[in-house]
Amino acid sequence: MTSLRSYRLVMLALVVALVITSIIALCIGRYSINPLDAFGAILSRMQGSTDNAAMENVIFVLRIPRILGAIIIGACLSLSGAVYQSVFKNPLVSPDILGVSSGATVGAAGAILLGASIFGRQLCAFVVGLVSVLLATAIPKLLKNGSNLMLVLSGIIIGGLMDALLGVLKFIAEEDTELSSIVYWQMGSIQAVKMDTLLYMLPIFLVCATLLVLLSWRLNILSFGESEAKTLGVNLKWLRGSAIIASSLMTASAVCVSGSIGWIGLIIPHLGRLVVGSDNTKMIPCAMLMGGLFLLVIDTVARNITSLEVPLSILTGLIGAPLYAWLLWKQKARVM
Amino acid sequence: MTENRCNTQLSQIEGRHLFYAYERGRTILQDVSFSFRSGEIVSILGPNGAGKTTFLNCLANLIAPERGEILLNGRDIRRIPLREVAKEIGYVPQIIVPTFDFSVLDYVVTGCAPRLGTFSRPKQEHYDMAMESIRRMGIEKLCNRSYSQISGGERQQVSIARALAQRPAFILMDEPTAHLDYGNQIKVLKTIRSLKEEGYGVILTTHNPDHALLLQDQVAVLDRTGRLQAGRDVDILQEHALSELYETPLKLFYDERLQRKVCAAPQFDA
Repeated sequence: MTSLRSYRLVMLALVVALVITSIIALCIGRYSINPLDAFGAILSRMQGSTDNAAMENVIFVLRIPRILGAIIIGACLSLSGAVYQSVFKNPLVSPDILGVSSGATVGAAGAILLGASIFGRQLCAFVVGLVSVLLATAIPKLLKNGSNLMLVLSGIIIGGLMDALLGVLKFIAEEDTELSSIVYWQMGSIQAVKMDTLLYMLPIFLVCATLLVLLSWRLNILSFGESEAKTLGVNLKWLRGSAIIASSLMTASAVCVSGSIGWIGLIIPHLGRLVVGSDNTKMIPCAMLMGGLFLLVIDTVARNITSLEVPLSILTGLIGAPLYAWLLWKQKARVM
Repeated sequence: MTENRCNTQLSQIEGRHLFYAYERGRTILQDVSFSFRSGEIVSILGPNGAGKTTFLNCLANLIAPERGEILLNGRDIRRIPLREVAKEIGYVPQIIVPTFDFSVLDYVVTGCAPRLGTFSRPKQEHYDMAMESIRRMGIEKLCNRSYSQISGGERQQVSIARALAQRPAFILMDEPTAHLDYGNQIKVLKTIRSLKEEGYGVILTTHNPDHALLLQDQVAVLDRTGRLQAGRDVDILQEHALSELYETPLKLFYDERLQRKVCAAPQFDA
């Protein structure tokens, strides 16, 4: 089958691009490193010796966690976007549009105010994020209007509500300490990622991503609609429930680390479909790689373009919005 | 094995005293009982809003009647795992355009879902099963086309192919002739007829009593009060009853050239 071959080629190209971009990201920055030196430092670290403490510090404490963080967060957001789109059989939804990101932001900001640990932040972000997506899906049901547009509108309602709640939290936050940390974190940055943050994220990412990749073929069936799925013997409640919980958990854990970074969850699945087609068994792995690569590129640009770091949401918006417009034009999307 | 269902056991769907009413209180099913077998075609007729699709959805286990029970091979359908039901009953929905674009083969292979574990994907044998159904429907050339870019008639055939890939005893079709041109309508009816000959039970809803006559088998008429009358077409389909059902004068007659009974509307009054 030619489609399988082209899929493998695409995946190979993405992996190669990811490796090359990672090497570039490792070497450039305010402290620039020769790729060979970086390689040498990694080798000597493996052997347990230290040649250049400053360089090792940059490589192991700053850049590697940041590179991994960008890849994982990008993959998380794209994967949850792809899953939401299948579950709600709606190509217009994403973690940001369904209000999950705003909800998770409110949860995490609330936890910051309460002085919770990173674990507490994750938990609050997940709970409020999940509540948001449930509310967003409840409104169309209450109004008995199952159209794609209705779900998007209801996501806007929930997102608006969550943004207002975030405003309340900011209003009551202590100006010098809490407020600035909420604002800075909310704009989206991977700067603060350290090895221990990764250790919190990684298990959630691995478990949820594995589950969703395993379910990816069934998600195809879910995207045909409820009755078709049920007559094919699919346990709807279980499948939808686990897909929504896993993607919300991933979104929440990404939001906890980096604040809400828009657009990725919406455009990357579209891009994936354009390249490998709609079959989730191919599209989901492809979207994860694409999302990781995309955010890594964005983050590397963000920290190199000016002497000050540019918040990621600014860049994803500047690139994402026109890209989405182009994708809609390219797909001749019939939005109903 | 699937090529000819006659070898396999006879399957049966029975309804016992079903009641169903919409929220606003309109009764759809009023003490409805029936027994349909594999190897039969049952054409469900009824006026607009009588609830033909609701009735079909009850049979497909998509919705549950308020009272009464539906038995699949003697067991209460609600107590049978969905996967097991899906091995017995395939469902061909009204033609829809899916949100995402799948190839015809990828669509048809989802018919193997009841035979696949929750975490598994179709393997070569399942693709072979899907190809077998595609060949059975004679649509090999559509195989790699995208489902959203084929015509309505072709989509109908693809949906039937997917139901065949489920290897069920019954295939339920919701208005299989709707949205099709006349040639394609006849083609679908022919397919239904040949499925019966292979031993499948086909239960369909239709707006056209003449289609029921063409299929020459069982008929179930659902009227506005929610009563169901089931039996052989020749016994159930009477000129007077049909005219009353559709609230319009209809003629039922044997045509020499067609060599069958025909149901048609007479010339309008001037």
